[in-house]
Amino acid sequence: MTDTATDPATDPVVDVLVPPTDPALLARLHGRLEARATGADAPDVHYRTVDSPVGRLLVAATEAGVARVAFEREGEDAVLQHLADRIGPRVLRTPARLDAAARWFDAYFAGAHDPFELPLDTRLARGFRLEVLERLRAVPYGERISYAALAARTSSPNAVRAVGTACATNPLPLVIPCHRVTRSDGSVGAYLGGPETKVRLLALEAGAALPG
Amino acid sequence: MREPFERIVAAHGEVVWRVCRGLLPEHDAEDAWSETFLAALRAWDRFEGDRVRGWLVTIAHRKALDVLRAGVRVVTTEEGVPDSPAPPAGRDLDLWAALARLPEGQRTAVVHHHIAGLPFAEVATVTGTTPAAARKAASDGVRRLRTLLVLEDA
Repeated sequence: MTDTATDPATDPVVDVLVPPTDPALLARLHGRLEARATGADAPDVHYRTVDSPVGRLLVAATEAGVARVAFEREGEDAVLQHLADRIGPRVLRTPARLDAAARWFDAYFAGAHDPFELPLDTRLARGFRLEVLERLRAVPYGERISYAALAARTSSPNAVRAVGTACATNPLPLVIPCHRVTRSDGSVGAYLGGPETKVRLLALEAGAALPG
Repeated sequence: MREPFERIVAAHGEVVWRVCRGLLPEHDAEDAWSETFLAALRAWDRFEGDRVRGWLVTIAHRKALDVLRAGVRVVTTEEGVPDSPAPPAGRDLDLWAALARLPEGQRTAVVHHHIAGLPFAEVATVTGTTPAAARKAASDGVRRLRTLLVLEDA
């Protein structure tokens, strides 16, 4: 039996009289749920969106730290489902709980080099990919590094292609700066947020103003 | 593959609100709503089946009873409605106030069937009665609502 298949449950009188629900009420109720879902009742994954010059970002965190940053083009539904599958299905939108992360992005796009230390949860990357991301975190603001040069800093210095894969599957773009990895021929190379986004980020870090 | 819980809140938040409000005064309904989704969040990774709405309504029903029991006020079937005639001529008809004037069994049957949209078999499970009794209670309740709300002015 499904929820709707049997016993069409309409009565004209009741139907007409159920008042429309004020969206502000539902927002307030959601806020109460967010406030209560803490401690032992904390969700597996918190998330919120952050508007940025490169589009709306989805920022998701566990209790340990930010675990995923996704670009708008990745699709919110797909990203949330992936988080539910990989981390846990108790995924809740909790904007206030991710205020610090939102401030980090605001500061970054305002030109701050390393706004502040944002707690990260790197559980979505494993093995060699995680090692690449760790090396990547040491690449300073405004610098560029080639895939080959980044590979040379890892335990598998010849694994240039695997380094490319690690960058392409970076669960924490922007925060872990895979946009600073460019091709040896000087072209920017691929980027999860789109090559144009990568160009804009490199321009930002080169000191160019980034129009909204 | 389980859906992200936020999608459950988005899909069912409104119907759970209507259930809570149908059973409780406004402020208590807000408590029951957040208690319901908090309990559902807690259990979501263990939920089995596809009848999410029935599951949520069952929780909401239980939370509403909890809120009623815990409340300082004893909410009677006449709760919230002064001894005044039904509202005039089809305007400002207050379904929630009218529901509060129904006997408890009729009120829950109308809320769970006509507002939450559960089939009588599920209404019976939620309220601990039989499907036939749930059907009769809903039908009696709707008849009473009609007198309270509409047809006496038509």
